[in-house]
Amino acid sequence: MNLLADAFAWIFSPDRLTGSAPLPQAIALHLFYTFLATAIAAVIAIPLGYFIGHTGRGRNLAIGVSGAARAIPSFGLILLLVLVVGVTQKPLAATIAFVLLGIPSILAGAYTGLEAIDRRVVDAARAVGMTEWQILTKVEIPLGLPLLIGGIRAGALQIVATVVLAAYVNLGGLGFYIIQGIPLRRFDMILGSAIVIVVLALVLDGLFALVQHLVVPRGVTAGRTKELRTSSPRRRAVVESPTV
Amino acid sequence: MFTARNKGRLALGAVVVGAALALSGCASGDPLDSGTDDSGSSETITIGSQAYYSNEIIAEIYAQALENAGFTVERQFNIGQRDAYLPSLENGDVDLFPEYTGNLLQFYSPDTTATTSDDVYAELADALPEGLTVLDQSTATDQDSYNVTKEFADANNLASLEDLAAVTVPLTLGGAAELEERPYGPAGLLSVYGATVGFSATGDTTVEDLLAGTVNIANVYSADPRIQTENLVTLEDPKGLFLASNVVPLVNAEIADSIADVINAVQAKLTPEGLVALNVQSTVDQESSEDIAKAWLSENGLI
Amino acid sequence: MNWLLDNFDLIGRLTVEHLQLSVPPIVLGFLISIPLGWLAFRFKLTRGLLLTVAGLLYTIPSLALLPILPVILGISFLSPLNLTVALTIYAVAIMARSIADALTSVDPAVRQAATAMGYGAWRRFWAVEFPLAGPVVLAGVRVAAVSTISLVTVGALIGVESLGYLFTNGYQRTIVAEILTGVVMVVVIALVVDFLLARLGRLLMPWAPRRQRRVRAGAVPLSVVGGAA
Repeated sequence: MNLLADAFAWIFSPDRLTGSAPLPQAIALHLFYTFLATAIAAVIAIPLGYFIGHTGRGRNLAIGVSGAARAIPSFGLILLLVLVVGVTQKPLAATIAFVLLGIPSILAGAYTGLEAIDRRVVDAARAVGMTEWQILTKVEIPLGLPLLIGGIRAGALQIVATVVLAAYVNLGGLGFYIIQGIPLRRFDMILGSAIVIVVLALVLDGLFALVQHLVVPRGVTAGRTKELRTSSPRRRAVVESPTV
Repeated sequence: MFTARNKGRLALGAVVVGAALALSGCASGDPLDSGTDDSGSSETITIGSQAYYSNEIIAEIYAQALENAGFTVERQFNIGQRDAYLPSLENGDVDLFPEYTGNLLQFYSPDTTATTSDDVYAELADALPEGLTVLDQSTATDQDSYNVTKEFADANNLASLEDLAAVTVPLTLGGAAELEERPYGPAGLLSVYGATVGFSATGDTTVEDLLAGTVNIANVYSADPRIQTENLVTLEDPKGLFLASNVVPLVNAEIADSIADVINAVQAKLTPEGLVALNVQSTVDQESSEDIAKAWLSENGLI
Repeated sequence: MNWLLDNFDLIGRLTVEHLQLSVPPIVLGFLISIPLGWLAFRFKLTRGLLLTVAGLLYTIPSLALLPILPVILGISFLSPLNLTVALTIYAVAIMARSIADALTSVDPAVRQAATAMGYGAWRRFWAVEFPLAGPVVLAGVRVAAVSTISLVTVGALIGVESLGYLFTNGYQRTIVAEILTGVVMVVVIALVVDFLLARLGRLLMPWAPRRQRRVRAGAVPLSVVGGAA
């Protein structure tokens, strides 16, 4: 398709290294904001999530907040914060917006990770004489890691997408080409940058998925029996993982 | 599952879902039938506007003037970019649009050399495609202009764009994102005035950025009230880098004659100072376009 | 707050438009997700494929998807249909996965019992499996609804009018009250719709437990799903 060819030509053209927003720089800036905001959001959300997951307190509030936070339109939040914090402090305003939007997913990942653990394992740890802190660090956190990483993954992707929107306030990043391209009717620019953004998001997602897979404690992987579902109810009886 | 009680609940649920579908079905925002029901009626005029608050005010003025003259008006404001509304104008979905001569001419003839108001207006009439025409242009303009703060102008002896080449500090130009690629952007400054500038896509906060110092030259539209209130210095453009851009009504040729009198009367009364005052009412007094338009029309004896 | 008092009718009009833009993707998405979710549940091959594709689609940032769609669909670049299709895609991505998970969570013994009683496959699905999967399906619909309502605002960047207009217009005129109103209204609408859907669920499924039970080991809760802004 002609347009697709134009888009790829745009991506790999040497002009991408000049001008007010060179492509490598935009990618780097984009990743910088993403990782910064994800890190800050993680620092805030993970301890909070662990507290909620371990003690069970504040769970309903956390669920409510996560649900409500999903409703917040990220585009509006950025514009609002830029005006409130000040147009001379756009990076700060934008980062606050990113962090606010990333916290719910990471929080959910943290506490559901802990909640999903079989209560008997926690009881056994308590029976063996571990202190609450030891239970948290030696049992709950390792077992809860996959879901936590899943939450961080979701949060990071949310932030990547929001950084794209933040180009509207001149933050830089990969959204800039779309914002610039629309009034110029430069479809190669728009499509090209959209492709770069999608690839970036997918690569990031893939990396997180890999980490999520690797982070499962070895003891858990070893103990898993294959879950069997009958394809037809007329065949043999179902064999489920032992529930005794 | 299908007990009597459950049937009742199912029915209620179906009604709710059906209502939701019906609500979406009779949407006037339904993308597949944008205003086509009005293109047949000769009495209904559809007016559009750009995603720019000042343009919306002018469109509202046209709308109320036409309503006062007995037309039925449908408003489709904030359509967005020229790509979106020009096709609608050409096929009759939209009948009238407040536009700006210079920018519109550049859209159709990117290589045009006309720069003064009259030249641009004359060329525009020819450059427009079949089916579109323009009515009288007003004296009010809202065009691109390069501005600096008073302090910067004094410190660097700037009065015109010609003085830029001699400035020793690095220059950064601020403006809408697409300015970087426009012929009157950094490339134009270099070729016409020999000035090298960097670029920062400050967008809607251009004036704030100029005042804060993150950029030292800014593209501020000439009807922006802040040029006066913030004491900005508009650099003169002796070599005609910018095209004059007067407010002009772009209309579908079929209905042009029926609305010409009403709209041209509005155009005659719209002055540069008047337009700035309208913008002040919108941004400083935060009034709605409806109220602003109504007040302006009564002050000028058009309602 | 003067701005707020002066502009009630504008806010009202935009809210209606916003809702009109939100509902079709949710409804359409739901209808499309049922067969897709069932396919993912029924055949192991399609399950992996479908859920991977759904996950990938949801990962795509909205502002990037909106320019790509006109190229694929061959429609005008700034048509509102782009927004509707994009929102439907995101809704399907969420709901297909949740329907697949929901059907998986139905106890196989119940399915077998139904077959033993003489239910055919079609009737068994609609009379037994789907109703039992209901609560999880509803959770997915609620997430999709809230997400869609929030995403409609991005349409402001391609000229589709909704409450997102309050963002760009307020930013241009530097009226904080306007942007704040827009954000608050979007959140309020989303929460109201979420509440109504929960009520609808309780109406249609009186057997479902009121409180969300603790998550079973291994199940990935929908609240973790983040993705596209």
